[in-house]
Amino acid sequence: MAVAADDNSKFTDYAHPERLVSTDWLAGQLGDGAVANRDLVVLESDEDVLLYDTGHIPGAVKIDWHLDLNDPVTRDYVNGERFAQVLGERGIGRDTTVVIYGDKSNWWAAYALWVFTLFGHPDVRLLDGGRAKWVAEGREMTREVPAQTAVDYPVVERHDSPIRAFKDDVLVHIGQPLVDVRSPGEFSGELLHMPDYPQEGAMRGGHIPGARSVPWARAAAEDGTFRSRAELEAIYLTEQGLTPTDDVVAYCRIGERSSHTWFVLTHLLGFKKVRNYDGSWTEWGNAVQVPIELGPR
Amino acid sequence: MTGSPMSVPLPAALDAIAQDFLAMSARDRLTLLLDFSDDLPELPERYVGHSELLERVDECQSPLFLVVEVEPARDAASSQDATVHLFFQAPQEAPTTRGFAGILHEGLDRLSVSEVLAVPDDAPYRFGLAEAVSPLRLRGMVAMLSRIKRQVRVRSAA
Repeated sequence: MAVAADDNSKFTDYAHPERLVSTDWLAGQLGDGAVANRDLVVLESDEDVLLYDTGHIPGAVKIDWHLDLNDPVTRDYVNGERFAQVLGERGIGRDTTVVIYGDKSNWWAAYALWVFTLFGHPDVRLLDGGRAKWVAEGREMTREVPAQTAVDYPVVERHDSPIRAFKDDVLVHIGQPLVDVRSPGEFSGELLHMPDYPQEGAMRGGHIPGARSVPWARAAAEDGTFRSRAELEAIYLTEQGLTPTDDVVAYCRIGERSSHTWFVLTHLLGFKKVRNYDGSWTEWGNAVQVPIELGPR
Repeated sequence: MTGSPMSVPLPAALDAIAQDFLAMSARDRLTLLLDFSDDLPELPERYVGHSELLERVDECQSPLFLVVEVEPARDAASSQDATVHLFFQAPQEAPTTRGFAGILHEGLDRLSVSEVLAVPDDAPYRFGLAEAVSPLRLRGMVAMLSRIKRQVRVRSAA
């Protein structure tokens, strides 16, 4: 790894502590010039495409889930050529350490990290607590967009199957652990979309048969940081009866909130096989003849 | 859609904003959108703490509230000549939504009822913002406009 991991004691309990950094660690790296000399690139990934522009961590660069990571035509992620372009123009090489942070308890940051993982970017980490924690601690924010020197990022083939599930995969997965991370109302079928969010066009409500309802935000503390390993184990292992050797599929509405849960299960609890079904409810709730279950669980 | 000879024209102030956006690169359009977000007027005192008087625009990615006032013309000629006032509330953490509101405020506030009702429903697509913020996000502005027009219709009905 280009930049040493954060040895924060909270993280050492997690299965892959090197995937998280603290605000203190990042502030230290900024002071030490790791960002200035491009060993470390900090990316902000938000729901709102302009939030970065209102002020961001000094030296951080914007990446937008919709404009940069989704293909503009096909409902899919970008291909290897486009990914290489998006990263290269942000000064990211294959061996660069990338730290991603964002709004909404890192929900969109986790989504970006998951897409980076589809391309096997070796060293990508989340800032624990995200944008809100950095701001709450009164740390420096700026509107100054850093000058970027483009570098070469190799064209890497996207490797979906280990961490991404498609509808047909889910159909044969039914009966094995499925985690629905949406709100309880969406899960039961009472609501077709998230409370307070636009309707995104699902024809039917409910959930995939056998899914467990574990809203994603349960994994986040009030300050947006991840809950401790013990707290996470209490939710996913004790309460939900999952084990780290399970084959798990997580889903939500378009795969963003479930990326957060994917990160928790994979990197914090050490599950070996977790796939994110990014088609999620906007696909399942519109698909013809797929089984749907209603009601709370 | 932009520039189609068949399209209904925008009111002058809104059209001027559209021309400003269209003259820019997608990146500069975002900067201008941020200016509109920064400059969105605060909700007047009489509405602060009175969310029951405001209409929530559910289609926006982040919570946005709006209210329309219709001020009758001095000579009370026709309700269609009454002046429309627009007020918005959206959090600082939702700059895109605030920017959309800011455009509509600058472009439509103080127009007459008939002028606001004549604004074409595809107006939000005429700023070149789809490629700057993505078409999905633009749906919030479409919804704002349609709710503004609905409120104007209701409040100006004699």
